[in-house]
Amino acid sequence: MIEFLSGLGRSGLHWLAVLGRASTFLFRVLLAQDAVVRRFRLTLAEIYSVGVRSMLIIMVSGLFVGMVLGYQGYITLVNFGAAEALGGVVALSLVRELGPVVTALLFAGRAGSALTAEIGLMKTTEQLSAMEMMAVDPYRRVFAPRFFAGFLSMPLLAALFSAVGVMGGYIVGVGLLGVDSGSYFSQMQAVTDWREDVMSGVIKSIVFGFVVTWIAVFQGVDAEPTSEGISRATTQTVVVSALAVLGLDFILTGLMFGDM
Amino acid sequence: MKLRFLEVSVGVFVLLGIAALFYLAIQVSNIAEYRDRDTYHVVAYFDHIGGLKVRAPVTVSGVRIGRVAQIVYDPERFQARVTLAIQAGQDYLPADTQASIFTAGLLGEQYIALEPGGDYEMLADGDEVLFTQSALVLENMIGRVLTNISGD
Repeated sequence: MIEFLSGLGRSGLHWLAVLGRASTFLFRVLLAQDAVVRRFRLTLAEIYSVGVRSMLIIMVSGLFVGMVLGYQGYITLVNFGAAEALGGVVALSLVRELGPVVTALLFAGRAGSALTAEIGLMKTTEQLSAMEMMAVDPYRRVFAPRFFAGFLSMPLLAALFSAVGVMGGYIVGVGLLGVDSGSYFSQMQAVTDWREDVMSGVIKSIVFGFVVTWIAVFQGVDAEPTSEGISRATTQTVVVSALAVLGLDFILTGLMFGDM
Repeated sequence: MKLRFLEVSVGVFVLLGIAALFYLAIQVSNIAEYRDRDTYHVVAYFDHIGGLKVRAPVTVSGVRIGRVAQIVYDPERFQARVTLAIQAGQDYLPADTQASIFTAGLLGEQYIALEPGGDYEMLADGDEVLFTQSALVLENMIGRVLTNISGD
């Protein structure tokens, strides 16, 4: 019994310590954000590796998710004689939920894991310590540009995902299943509100971008400096990010649409 | 990596992202409605609003000219107080305009239809629509039909 209690206490203290380290780290990274402008070339390179190189997977997934939504929505709606409402179904589900959430999950797998592995390896090979020895602040040189790149890329990627998804739904709904092209878009515009639906999706994706990048960069810094430590940290990034995104999504959805 | 290629590809990425946002705004959502923000408010009291929701359309001859801005219950009049936000350009509604709650299609959403009267005075901001017709409640209608049948 005492064993169990002490184990519980130990893991609780451990997580509290991790949370504390993560918060201090976030604070220091945010303080170092001036480096984003001063070392613009570094930031550019990070946006390239985090954002540009995620574009292909995001757009392809968006296209297929949109096409599947077109099929599934049509199959359900046609029973009620409401196949014309397909545009609204596709747009609302993409803009509100699937766009931000699926993009964040893919982003954690594609870019987050890479960030963790890169920074973890830097720590293991003592590059970070070497930088400090040379009076180069790793927060300014390494962490701040990466953090900003993730924070900027996520909303753009989520918007791309939703836009491509809407076109995917159009291809299937209008091209294959014969929904009228005009009513696809007019239905869509009738039910999708710019502020309540599109903007809240954008806010979601900004929050997810912040959280996923924070987790990814912090896991890299906090990794045990061994090869197992890096592999564990990379796994942790994907798992913790996915859980955080799904949990936050529930809370944000409750806050945004709860009163409707 | 050459700086030139980096700059161009990041620029294309950011542009594409912003273009996607614009696409969502213009093609997918109703941002055009936010352009004519200028509206004036008219109040209407209904005995029963059925399933009317905030942001439901307000139409004249089937053309949408505004939205329902607010629905509250007025405890003094025992009626629902519905505030209609009507586009500022549509200010030629006579004072004896009638407001009715209709349903779009058999299962569609409910909306408010305005039928202009013949008065020379026009509705202005803060005015009340005097003639209203409540939503049809299916249960009441069935009840009436049943009493009619049993009455024969």
